[in-house]
Amino acid sequence: MLTIAMPKGRIFEEAVELLRRADYALPPEFTESRKLVIDVPEENMRFILAKPMDVVTYVEHGVADLGIAGKDVLMEEERDVYELLDLQISRCHLAVAGLPGAKMNEIAPRVATKYPNIASTYFREQGEQVEIIRLNGSIELAPLIGLADRIVDIVSTGRTLRENGLVELERIAEVTSRLIVNPASYRLNGGDIERLVDRLAAVIPQP
Amino acid sequence: MAKKLFMFEKPLGMRDTLPFLYELKKQVRSVMAEEIERWGYEFIETPTLEYYETVGAASAIADHRLFKLLDQQGHTLVLRPDMTAPIARVAASRLYEDGNPLRLAYNANVFRAQQREGGRPAEFEQIGVELIGDGTVTADAEVISLMVALLKRVGLGRFSVAVGHIGYVNALFLEILGNEERASVLRRFLYEKNYVGYREHVKSWPLSSIDQKRLLDLLSLRGGTDVIEQAKTLVTSEEGRRSADELAALMAALRTYGVAEAVKLDMALVSHMSYYTGILFEVYAEQVGFPIGNGGRYDDLLAKFSRPAPATGFGLRVDRLIEAIGETDVRDDIECIVFSQERLAEAVELAEAKRAEGKRVVLQHIAGIRDIDAYSQRYRSIVYLLGRSGRDGQ
Repeated sequence: MLTIAMPKGRIFEEAVELLRRADYALPPEFTESRKLVIDVPEENMRFILAKPMDVVTYVEHGVADLGIAGKDVLMEEERDVYELLDLQISRCHLAVAGLPGAKMNEIAPRVATKYPNIASTYFREQGEQVEIIRLNGSIELAPLIGLADRIVDIVSTGRTLRENGLVELERIAEVTSRLIVNPASYRLNGGDIERLVDRLAAVIPQP
Repeated sequence: MAKKLFMFEKPLGMRDTLPFLYELKKQVRSVMAEEIERWGYEFIETPTLEYYETVGAASAIADHRLFKLLDQQGHTLVLRPDMTAPIARVAASRLYEDGNPLRLAYNANVFRAQQREGGRPAEFEQIGVELIGDGTVTADAEVISLMVALLKRVGLGRFSVAVGHIGYVNALFLEILGNEERASVLRRFLYEKNYVGYREHVKSWPLSSIDQKRLLDLLSLRGGTDVIEQAKTLVTSEEGRRSADELAALMAALRTYGVAEAVKLDMALVSHMSYYTGILFEVYAEQVGFPIGNGGRYDDLLAKFSRPAPATGFGLRVDRLIEAIGETDVRDDIECIVFSQERLAEAVELAEAKRAEGKRVVLQHIAGIRDIDAYSQRYRSIVYLLGRSGRDGQ
């Protein structure tokens, strides 16, 4: 049996749709369930529903054979897992944003983000010394109330930024969801995983 | 400001081994050590501390994962991060004299700093072998076969050895990409297991569609011996073909050893950015998400100690191996003799007799026990020598 860690929320529905297109018979009430572990005996699969940031952890530790995770999470967490497929779903990008025209504070430049690792690497690459402030959500708030000059966050339509009067300043990386695999599962359940990869690869929308 | 330490706290990643686990480890270790000795390998020990400039720099472990400290003369020292580099040092300086093959083994704790998830062990036990001075493919086959033999001896259920050849990967990259920089970009993607990034990069470079396909096909070269023929069609260089031939010879030798069914080829396997020079492998077991061991050919290491020589070997992680084997019944067969003062001589005599038979015996004065019920639960059998009667109760 293959155990697949799925991210709750936005990516989940798109991923389920993709699996259905790949001819996996997932029950109709699948996306409405509040269960955290869902068995699909017809397909010999078990799905576990996790926070997007935690999917990589479950897969790295091998309690899930596979997982679906955003590239943002993979970049932030740098886990030892195979990244086998770009599923081309949940497209967005990582960006630096701030208030229009606002300069970086020269005395104490601060960046608020959910992605401290990505943000710190990015600004170190640019040779800028900034203080990284870790937040868990509503990152757009930080520049509005003066906690930080910049934020690093994912942007999909840009609507949240616009509605809060922020503008995108720099693009860090493109993000889509990826199929990731635990290295031991990759070695020991190679056949099952390969079939899943092939079936998914056949239905991935071309960019 | 220093963080306040808790009373029972140990440095990050350091662990105690309590009796139950100790017993398990001891069993696994002794079964493996015995098998290694049967193959004619000789165990050695090296110091826990080495110089950073020599062994630290030669080691395969990344710099940021080394525990470093200063000695009184101001030299930087490292807690040994692996056993291969120290053994290479010893071999180069002392043991590898006449240029003939040398078979050495080790069983030691190694130290690697952890940055993520503090609970991960920063000190762990490794058992392994190094076969120095033999550049033949049979040497590679021998170490893989020995490793498989060890895993079978300790009763490991399902496991799989993934085998690749870094010489093949490098030859393919170099003949298509023409320079080492680009080759190293692709090698890093394979090392990081990022096949998506690998494909994107290959497609972004101005290569002929045939060359692109050759690079992309590398990712699907996994499986049994038939993979080698396909691999050969992707390369044209002497080096690439020779590497593929080496894998074919390896598989033939592994069949002779009777371990080929435990082995799967993976032509895209890159388990280190620069350390290995030929055949390399990783071993995975069910129930453990991380590799339980790895190894390969490292023909450049001895040269770092001014004594160039081919070498190959493997290291197994005892902690992960035990996790993979799962809980087995290793209740320690300790007997207990509880005695009172007047029968001390009798108790000592009985204990000595039992110990002479090879049994493990605890000798405990009754007055030292606070709760006899709880105490007697600890032992499989207990003998009471109490009072003056001269009869022993069970």
